[in-house]
Amino acid sequence: MKKDLISITDYSKEEYLKIMKLAAEFEENPNQDLLKGKVVASLFFEPSTRTRLSFETAINRLGGRIVGFADPDSSSASKGETLHDTIRMVSNYADLIVMRHPLEGAARYAAEISPVPVINAGDGANQHPTQTLLDMYSILKTQGTLDNMNIFMVGDLKYGRTVHSLLMAMSEFKNPIFNFIAPKELEMPRVYKMFLREKGIKFFEYKEFTDIISEADIIYMTRVQKERFSDPIEYEKVKNVYILRNSMLNKTKPNMKILHPLPRVNEIHPDVDSNEKAYYFTQARNGVFTREAIIAHTMNLK
Amino acid sequence: MKETIKKKLKLKVSAIKDGTVIDHIPASNLFKVISILGLDKIENQITFGTNLESEKLGAKAIIKVSDKFFADDEINKIALIAPHAKLNIIKDYEVVEKKVVEIPETIKGIVKCFNPKCITNHEKIATCFSVIAKEPLALKCKYCEKITSEDQIRMY
Repeated sequence: MKKDLISITDYSKEEYLKIMKLAAEFEENPNQDLLKGKVVASLFFEPSTRTRLSFETAINRLGGRIVGFADPDSSSASKGETLHDTIRMVSNYADLIVMRHPLEGAARYAAEISPVPVINAGDGANQHPTQTLLDMYSILKTQGTLDNMNIFMVGDLKYGRTVHSLLMAMSEFKNPIFNFIAPKELEMPRVYKMFLREKGIKFFEYKEFTDIISEADIIYMTRVQKERFSDPIEYEKVKNVYILRNSMLNKTKPNMKILHPLPRVNEIHPDVDSNEKAYYFTQARNGVFTREAIIAHTMNLK
Repeated sequence: MKETIKKKLKLKVSAIKDGTVIDHIPASNLFKVISILGLDKIENQITFGTNLESEKLGAKAIIKVSDKFFADDEINKIALIAPHAKLNIIKDYEVVEKKVVEIPETIKGIVKCFNPKCITNHEKIATCFSVIAKEPLALKCKYCEKITSEDQIRMY
């Protein structure tokens, strides 16, 4: 059985912990020639510079070679080739496929077609599991545990796939508490709240971004993404609702860290950047080690 | 005995010797049932009636297929569009078994994913859903992982 990573729920709790352990090893020693002689296809049907560079850095540090494309205009998809045919062809050439696609479910479909493993680097608003694993690694690294975490999620909780996946993954650990801060238009979807209720996990919902954050171990900020809205007026209404400023952090816990999947627009004021609780740039750095760990696990190299 | 004779006299669709009678199909979905079961592609003798009076359904349809006996997973495919369908298995003009349809655990093909951004609405892919609730129906797409609810269901 090949080990695809399409959704965060494809991994068991044991696999989450294995990835965490491997990521720490790669952070200690990032350059390991485990992928020597292997070719990895990096297929970005939608541009995403940050994710692509992070993956390609991970592959390079593992000694692998890369083929692929960075945006759909330079791929055969622009000539009207189906995803089916592109994957059939590329899986003849490469030992592993990393793919990003604007349509939801594209990665699961590709994994069904491809005889070589597929890692989902984002499929529309659906899943982005490697982001979640690097978020978990960042939490573990800064808090020393994944248990008993009080996590505040702020901003776009409706369309933000990273918050949904993080919620699912952290629910596997002991006694998490979730606090959701979002405007009505962007509140956490009902299915996730039902999931938490069924698991007996505590969660609270707020419309105001106030000093309730003094309880937080983690504040997970998100960007309100214009491309997720079909109605531009709806976007204009909610884009500036929650902004985190340095002055709001005085009463927060000393261990608290601010995470953000990046890129940010204006939801974290630049005056937060110099605060030692700001962790988002280190979080992005953790992405390379986490992706090295995921690739090594997927290819049965560790 | 008299009752059954009367009933048989009233039959608007003639009896079959061996085979399956599918009764209580909503009349509006008769041709969908025929298509889902592939009855338009087999050579068995088939008779059907539609727009028959029914207290439960208003207008119902009935299909009689000679020399055809359906496996459960085959017949359960129609559960989405004919949830009250009843099957009579006929051997030598007698009803030897009665069956009802059940909504299966997974539904392949038949239903479209409601999500316009789902890959199944952009490439030729057979949809696949897991049934996460039966009353009212809720289907989770294997691909985009979104949930299509009963009022959003559209068939191919």
